[in-house]
Amino acid sequence: MNKEYLIEDIKRIAGVNPRKCMKCGKCSGACPAYDEMDYHPHQFVDMVETGRIEELMNSRGIYRCLSCFACVERCPRSVEPAALIEAVRDAVVRQQGADHLKPERIPEILDEDIPQQAITSAFRKYKK
Amino acid sequence: MQVNESWKPTIVAFCCNWCSYAGADLSGTNRLNYPANVKIIRIPCSCRLNPMFILRAFQRGADGVILCGCHPGDCHYTTGNYYARRRMTLLFSMLDFLGIEKERTRVEWVSAAEGAKFAATMNDFVATITKLGENRRLEDLRCKE
Amino acid sequence: MQRIGVFVCHCGTNIAATVDVKKVAETLGHEPGVVFSTDYPYMCSQSGQDLIKNAIHEHKLTGVVVCSCSPRMHEQTFRKACASAGLNGYMVEIANIREQCSWIHKDKDEATEKAVILGRAAIAKVHLDAPLTAGESPVTKRALVIGGGIAGIQTALDIADAGFEVDIVEKKPTIGGKMTQIDKTFPTLDCAACILTPKMVEAAQNEKIKIYAYSEVEAVKGFVGNFHVTIRKKARYVNEDVCTGCGLCTEKCPQKKVPNDFNLGLDTRRAIYIPFAQAVPKIATIDADYCTMLKTGKCGVCSKVCTAGAIDYKQQDTLVEQEYGAIVVATGFNPIKLDKFDEFAYSQSPDVVSSLEFERLMNAAGPTGGTLLRPSDGTHPKTLVFVQCVGSRCDGAEKGKPYCSKICCMYTAKHAMLCREKYPDTDVYVFYIDVRTPGKNFDEFYRRAVEEYGVHYIKGMVGKVVPENGKLKVQASDLIGGRQLHIDADMVVLAAAIEPDETARPLATMLTASMDTNDFFTEAHPKLRPVESPTAGIFLSGACQGPKDIPETVAQAGAAASKVIGLLAKDHLTCNPCVAQPDEMMCNGCSNCEKVCPYGAITYIDKEFRGPNRTTLIRRVAQVNPAVCQGCGACTVACMSGAMDLKGFSNKQIMAEVDAICR
Repeated sequence: MNKEYLIEDIKRIAGVNPRKCMKCGKCSGACPAYDEMDYHPHQFVDMVETGRIEELMNSRGIYRCLSCFACVERCPRSVEPAALIEAVRDAVVRQQGADHLKPERIPEILDEDIPQQAITSAFRKYKK
Repeated sequence: MQVNESWKPTIVAFCCNWCSYAGADLSGTNRLNYPANVKIIRIPCSCRLNPMFILRAFQRGADGVILCGCHPGDCHYTTGNYYARRRMTLLFSMLDFLGIEKERTRVEWVSAAEGAKFAATMNDFVATITKLGENRRLEDLRCKE
Repeated sequence: MQRIGVFVCHCGTNIAATVDVKKVAETLGHEPGVVFSTDYPYMCSQSGQDLIKNAIHEHKLTGVVVCSCSPRMHEQTFRKACASAGLNGYMVEIANIREQCSWIHKDKDEATEKAVILGRAAIAKVHLDAPLTAGESPVTKRALVIGGGIAGIQTALDIADAGFEVDIVEKKPTIGGKMTQIDKTFPTLDCAACILTPKMVEAAQNEKIKIYAYSEVEAVKGFVGNFHVTIRKKARYVNEDVCTGCGLCTEKCPQKKVPNDFNLGLDTRRAIYIPFAQAVPKIATIDADYCTMLKTGKCGVCSKVCTAGAIDYKQQDTLVEQEYGAIVVATGFNPIKLDKFDEFAYSQSPDVVSSLEFERLMNAAGPTGGTLLRPSDGTHPKTLVFVQCVGSRCDGAEKGKPYCSKICCMYTAKHAMLCREKYPDTDVYVFYIDVRTPGKNFDEFYRRAVEEYGVHYIKGMVGKVVPENGKLKVQASDLIGGRQLHIDADMVVLAAAIEPDETARPLATMLTASMDTNDFFTEAHPKLRPVESPTAGIFLSGACQGPKDIPETVAQAGAAASKVIGLLAKDHLTCNPCVAQPDEMMCNGCSNCEKVCPYGAITYIDKEFRGPNRTTLIRRVAQVNPAVCQGCGACTVACMSGAMDLKGFSNKQIMAEVDAICR
C-alpha cells in the first residue's frame, strides 16, 4: 500500500484532521502513560501530519497508549490523538491480516462503562 | 444537440456593488481576461436580485445567469447575501424542474479583493454554458403591456 | 420620452485601444431617445465635463449616459457636473467599458460589440431614471455612551471636550469598569487606579457629561441623529442627591456575609456598600438580595446611622426618556466562567484562581491588602504555575472560544514579573502555546520577565491539576525539553479567555447592530471603518468589538468619539436617496419587508384610504424611513405584492437592463 493512501486511510478511520492541531501539547500534558512511550501523543499527531507513518507503525509507543481518552477529552482543537493512534494500530492489524484474538478469550470481567473503543484497542494490544 | 459554430452564449452576471462589482473591476485593473459574453449588471446587494430578473433573462434568451455577492458574513448590509442564498436555492431547484439545467445558474461569493477569482469563475462558467449549448427560451405567456 | 446624451470616453488609449469608440458613439446614437452622441479623449477632465454641461443646455438633455471607467471611480464626478448644469445627478448612468470591457478583452470587434451592449443597457436604465433628491434629517446634539469602563469614559470625555452633551449609562453602581480591578498595567507597570481614577473624576465633574450609574438601557427607538432611548435607573434604595458617600452605613450594616463581587468573591462585604474607595459616583447602594430590611422588614441599621437621611427602602426603579443623535457601545468584556475546565481543578481548590482574581490578590486595595497569600490557608505561595490560553483558541463552542484573547500573554508576563519582583523566593512557571507580543515594547517586556526576572517559560500545556495534601499537583508537557513535568505548586493561575459582556447580545438586538458568532459587535468595514457599526449612528468603542488592551481601547474610544463629533457637528444629515419606497396602493400589509429589513427602517401604519361610495378604508401599509434605509433592497424581493421598489435600482430598470443585454 502506498504511503499517501495509508495516511489518508488512517485519517479516515480516525475521523480526525491532524492539521487542526495547534501544537499546544495539552495531550502530552494530560497523558498518564507519557513516560512509557517512545513517541508521545503530540508527536503521534505530528507524525501523521508530516507523513512519518512507518516510524509510528513500527513504534512500541502506540501499544502503550491506554486509550483512556484523556487527550481526546482535553484537546482544545478536537484533534483526538487517541483516535488517531487507534487508527494507526488498526492499520498495523490490517496490514498483517487476521486478528489473532478469539472472541471466547474475551475476559468475563468486562465493565459496562468501558468505552467500546477502549475494549477493541485493548484486544489489539494483547495481540501484539 | 445542434452544433452552431457561430453561436456564443449570452451570460448575465448580477454583481453586488460592494464586493463582486469591485472584484470585477479589479480583474479588469489586473487585465485578467474572461470572455466578452459576460455582461455585468450592478445591483446594490445580492439580496436585491429578484428571482423575476433571472426568469426575465431566460425569457429574453440568456444562456446562463450568475449572481455574485459578498462572502457570507461580509455583506455590506449585514445579512443580504444570506437572503440571496436562500432565495436562489429555491429558485434554482424550480428552474431545474422547469427544464433549465442547474448548471446554467450559479451563485458565487467574490470579494472586492478577488479579481482573479472573478475572472476564473467567469471563465469556468462560460465554458460550462458553452458545453451545455443553447438554452431553451422560457416563454412569457402573460399579456403584454 | 427622455432626451438622452451619450458620451464615450477614450480614456487616452485605455479604452480606445481595444474599443472602437467612434463606432460605439455612432451605434448608440441610433438608439431610441438618444439625441446626442459623441466621444472624447478624457470625459473626466474639466473640458470633458464642460462638454457634458454644454450638451445638456444645447440639446435639452434629460438623461446622460457616460461610457467610461467604473462608476466606482467617476460616478460622483459626472453627477456633480450634471447637477451644476441643472440636471439632476441621478439622471446619469455609467456604462463601465474600461474595467469590464476594454481591459479584459483583446479582440477589438468583440470588445466594441460588448461596449455597445453595455451602453444600450445604460440607456435602457436612464430611460426609467427619475430625479432623486437626497432627504435631510435633523440631528439631536447629544450622544449616549453605553458602558462606563475606560472605553466609555474616554469616549465621553472626548465628545464632551468638543462641546457636545453626552450621557454615560453604566449598569454597575460605579463607573470605571474592569480597569478598576486591575493592579498594574503592562508594559510600563504603572498603577491602573492612578491613571484611571483621575479620568473618572474628570468625567463626573464635566458639565457636559451626565452619568447614569446603576442603570441600564431599556429600549432604543429611532435612527441616526434621532434616537429615542429609555434608560432604567435601578433602585439603589439610597437617595442619590442626599448621600454624601461617608461610608458609615457600609461599616455598621450587620449583614457581613455578602460575597464581594468587586473582589470577585475572594472576600465579603456588607449588604449596603460602596464598591471601592474611589467609586464615582460615591454613593452607597443596598444589595436587595442580601439586605435584611428589604427581605424581612426587620433591621434598618443603615437608616439609623445615616446622618444625611439618604436611605429610602421604598425606592423604585425609574425610567428616564432621552433623545440622542449618536450611540456609542462600550459594553466591554468579562473573563469566561471556568467551570468547564475541570482538569485545572478551578472549582475544587481555592488556590486555583483566574488571572483577574490574581490581580485582586496582588492589589493593595484587594482582599489581602496587596500581600500575595493563598486563598485557602493564607500562607505565602512558593511555587506558582501560570496556564495560558485557558478557553482561548478552542475548536467548537463547547470547548471554549475560537479566538485568541490577545491580552493574556502580556498580563501573564506582568503577573509573573511582579511575583518574582515582590517575592524573589518564588518559583514561577508559565506554560504557553505561543507567546504573542505584537505591541510597542511588548516583546521586550516579555523577554525581561524571562531574562531579568528568571520566570520559567515552558512551551507546553498543563494537562491536569490535582489538589493533594494542600498542594496542587500539576502535570504538564514540556515540548522543547521532550518530557512530562510534575510540579508541586502552591497556586495555579489560569489566563481565562475573555468574552463580550452578557448584556451585549440583547443590546445589539435593540440597536439592530450586527454581531459576529462570538457576540462581538461587527464593524462597518474591518479595515477602513473599524469604529462604526454597519447601522448608521451606532459606534463601537473598546472590547465590545474584539479583545483589546488598554491603549488600543483608548485609541478606539477616541476614534469613536471623533466619529460621533463629526456626526453631531452637522445640523442635518443627508440621506442616500436610493432607498426603498412602497406603493401604498399595492401594499397588502403582510410585514414581510419589515422582517427582512436589517435596519428596522420599515414600520407599519394604519392609513386612511378612500373607499367606494365616499367611505373611508383603514389599511395597514408599510412605510420606509428614508433616513434609516440604506438601500440594500432585501425588502423589494420579500414583498409578495410587488409594492416595494428601490429608487435608482427599480425592478423596471433592472429588467430593462436585462432586456438590453439579452436583446
